Amino acid sequence: MKKKKILSIENLKKIYHTKQGEILAVDNFSFNLYKGEFVAIVGPSGCGKSTILSILCGLEKITKGSVTFHNNATIGYMLQQDSLFKWRTILDNCLLGLEIKKTLTDENKQYVLNLLKTYGLGDFINNYPTSLSGGMRQRAALIRTLATKPDILLLDEPFSALDYQTRLAVSDDVYNIIKKEGKSVIMVTHDIAEAISMADRIIVLTKRPGKIKKIYDINLSNKSTPIENRKAKEFAHYYEQIWKDLDFHV
Amino acid sequence: MYSEEHIRYLKKLKRNKIIILITQIMLAVLFIATWQLLAHFNLINTFITSSPSRVLKTIINLHQTNNLYTHIFSTVFETIISFSVGTIIGIVIATILWWNNFLSKVLDPYLIVLNSLPKVALGPIIIIWIGANTTSIVVMALLISVIVTIINVLQGFKETDPIKIKLMKALGATKYQTYFKLVLPSSFNNIISALKINVSMSLIGIVMGEFLVSKKGIGYLIMYGSQVFNLDLVITGIVILAIVSAIMYYLVYYLEKKLSTNN
Repeated sequence: MKKKKILSIENLKKIYHTKQGEILAVDNFSFNLYKGEFVAIVGPSGCGKSTILSILCGLEKITKGSVTFHNNATIGYMLQQDSLFKWRTILDNCLLGLEIKKTLTDENKQYVLNLLKTYGLGDFINNYPTSLSGGMRQRAALIRTLATKPDILLLDEPFSALDYQTRLAVSDDVYNIIKKEGKSVIMVTHDIAEAISMADRIIVLTKRPGKIKKIYDINLSNKSTPIENRKAKEFAHYYEQIWKDLDFHV
Repeated sequence: MYSEEHIRYLKKLKRNKIIILITQIMLAVLFIATWQLLAHFNLINTFITSSPSRVLKTIINLHQTNNLYTHIFSTVFETIISFSVGTIIGIVIATILWWNNFLSKVLDPYLIVLNSLPKVALGPIIIIWIGANTTSIVVMALLISVIVTIINVLQGFKETDPIKIKLMKALGATKYQTYFKLVLPSSFNNIISALKINVSMSLIGIVMGEFLVSKKGIGYLIMYGSQVFNLDLVITGIVILAIVSAIMYYLVYYLEKKLSTNN
């Protein structure tokens, strides 16, 4: 089957203007995202990873280059923390995007209710976020993102606020839901292991300005869920390669 | 079921709470009793210090001549007006300043000056402009409470989690939606604490106003008492004021508790 392009980025360049001067955040960044694909962008902190996501969801202007969404593909953005509103119930939190876009129809509400039920939050729709575990909150945040039926999900360090064990479990959970819903994903992370265990492709960025250093197609034998993928024999190889690319120094 | 040790622990917690309460009551009783005894044995000059029994007599006297409630009502009523109007105007202005960053930056130094200026200094001007009446008392109290409300509420608005603001923007929210769906509800705690400060600020303003112009109210009672050297009346006024302000504070406190469980 031929892969279908859903997003094309060409020669993207982003310059920030600050009092101290111009900062070249991203330069010469090009790649295509294909339908159903999971791409991870890794790079040292401050390399402009998050800037790319901000540009994709329209929060930042492009300095140069182009971003094209094919077939009117839409975007859903998931942030560093679950960012649920504590004064809203889980259901109301998940309906936020529909309210804002003024598309809160009975049909769409039913869609969200079904998502909540399917993914184990059916009994908690009237609960407030504080009464839920970190993992469940993250799942609710994902459903809030899915509510507007985006074709592409942008995950911005989605698990960085969680402790290590929860992080593994939640990334597994989120991954399975995303795959079931057939979404395309761009995930930004600084966690190499997380990237290898989840992504089909990994883009390694250089230090600022963020340029593409290398792109890896991740081919793991017995590819399954993120936790299982960590046991694949190729895992260590990819880890070592990317670690070298990133060139970390203390 | 709890273990025996846990039950002992819970009992200890409860006992500590009771001991604190008893000590608090004892302290008040001790103070009043000492005051009364010193007065009774003429160890202090009751003409200057009054005494608990004389305060009680004054209250009963005021009650019998029906003056007590006129004064309390007048002060409480004016305080509530100034409190409510101050809160509404304060939140509205804070909203405008949040909305318009330029305006907020321009007005920032003026707010600081107005906040640090002792508003009592404006009293004479207000009386000349508005007249020696209830309106000028309320305006004086408003000046005090509005500025504090603006500053506290605006700070709450500005402390809204930037990640959540980013989320709203990414969802395509308008500024109007961001305000009503995120900024206002997330500032709930700041608004409540502004209300708490506002209650006492309003009362200060009203009593100050009553000192300057009034013909009734608790502030007037204290002022009048001091002018005719009736210290019983002065101290009675202070006692009533203490009770009124405590009740008002606790009303806001319970409002907060009630609202925050729904939040």
